[in-house]
Amino acid sequence: MIWQIDLAILTLVVIVGIGSIMVKDLLGAAIMFGAYSFLMCLLWSIMGAVDVAFTEATVGAGVSTVFFVAAVFRTTRRTKD
Amino acid sequence: MKIIGLIISVVTGALLIYAAVDFPALYDPASPASTYLSPYFIEKTMEETSVPNIVTAVLADYRGYDTMFETSVIFTAGVVCFFLLRIPRREEPEARYYRHVLTGVTIELKEGYKIPPSADFERIDAVWTPPDLIIKTVCRILIPFIQLFALYVIAHGHHSPGGGFQGGVILGASVILLAITHDLRTAVRRMSEKAIGILCAIGVMIYAGTGALCLLLKQNFIDYRALAGILHVDPITARSHGIFMVEIGVGIAVMATMIWIYNNVSSAGRYRQGL
Repeated sequence: MIWQIDLAILTLVVIVGIGSIMVKDLLGAAIMFGAYSFLMCLLWSIMGAVDVAFTEATVGAGVSTVFFVAAVFRTTRRTKD
Repeated sequence: MKIIGLIISVVTGALLIYAAVDFPALYDPASPASTYLSPYFIEKTMEETSVPNIVTAVLADYRGYDTMFETSVIFTAGVVCFFLLRIPRREEPEARYYRHVLTGVTIELKEGYKIPPSADFERIDAVWTPPDLIIKTVCRILIPFIQLFALYVIAHGHHSPGGGFQGGVILGASVILLAITHDLRTAVRRMSEKAIGILCAIGVMIYAGTGALCLLLKQNFIDYRALAGILHVDPITARSHGIFMVEIGVGIAVMATMIWIYNNVSSAGRYRQGL
């Protein structure tokens, strides 16, 4: 484990995690959540858990981002009620 | 209300961090998990199951119940998405739009009239965006390779990272890619809603059926050594083959569920226009 890379990724995880809940735009939040998943995937592979990293990359960064974008696509700018 | 929520989440986070102090340190050789459980798997997995990837062996054999119910959870998620979002098709007469594929001429048919399905006309929605030629072509070339890679991930899970979950998700993603780049109708034509629902259930049934087969052969549930008689191999290889059968079930269930969720979410349950 190289601690410089570890520290850099951990910092980015915190920044992206806070960013994804602070961002007003839903599409932006979905994309940031995908970036968060990808950084977590890097973190798992640094720790040596390659199977978990693979699952995180496919499910977290791949398909769930598509689901979020699909759900955001079906929302409107202003609420109807 | 916002402040109360902030306080609650900060307190919960502080409690979790406080509790995490009691955890054994990372890579600590004296931690409970490293003293008897991990050495057992590291030393015995190869001779007991003949599977080099310990994670796969633990996931599908030693901890088979956990994975079986994980698969059922995914199946339940797909079914719940279907029941919540799907709007049953009411055959109310409405204007239909068809596009002539070669010339691009769009015609509108009044209520009740339809063109029989043919290669010349494709049915389109009232809101229709022309798909980009480059994206369509690239995806058409790419999708077979993605699917081949997914099958490799499922089949090679014994020796390398991967297995049913990852391979199933990649397989599902290839069909989702088709739905994004073309439109939802094209993807549904390739993989109908009925087929998805049946595949979803078949995947879980393969897993539970493999376990039940062991039960019928007078062993414990999900004890793949019982399959040695049917497969004509020794019990150790039978465990390896049993894991493979289970992974196929997981792959089918996960693939169908991912496509099912995407279809329902992206079209808001109407199965017309996708993303």
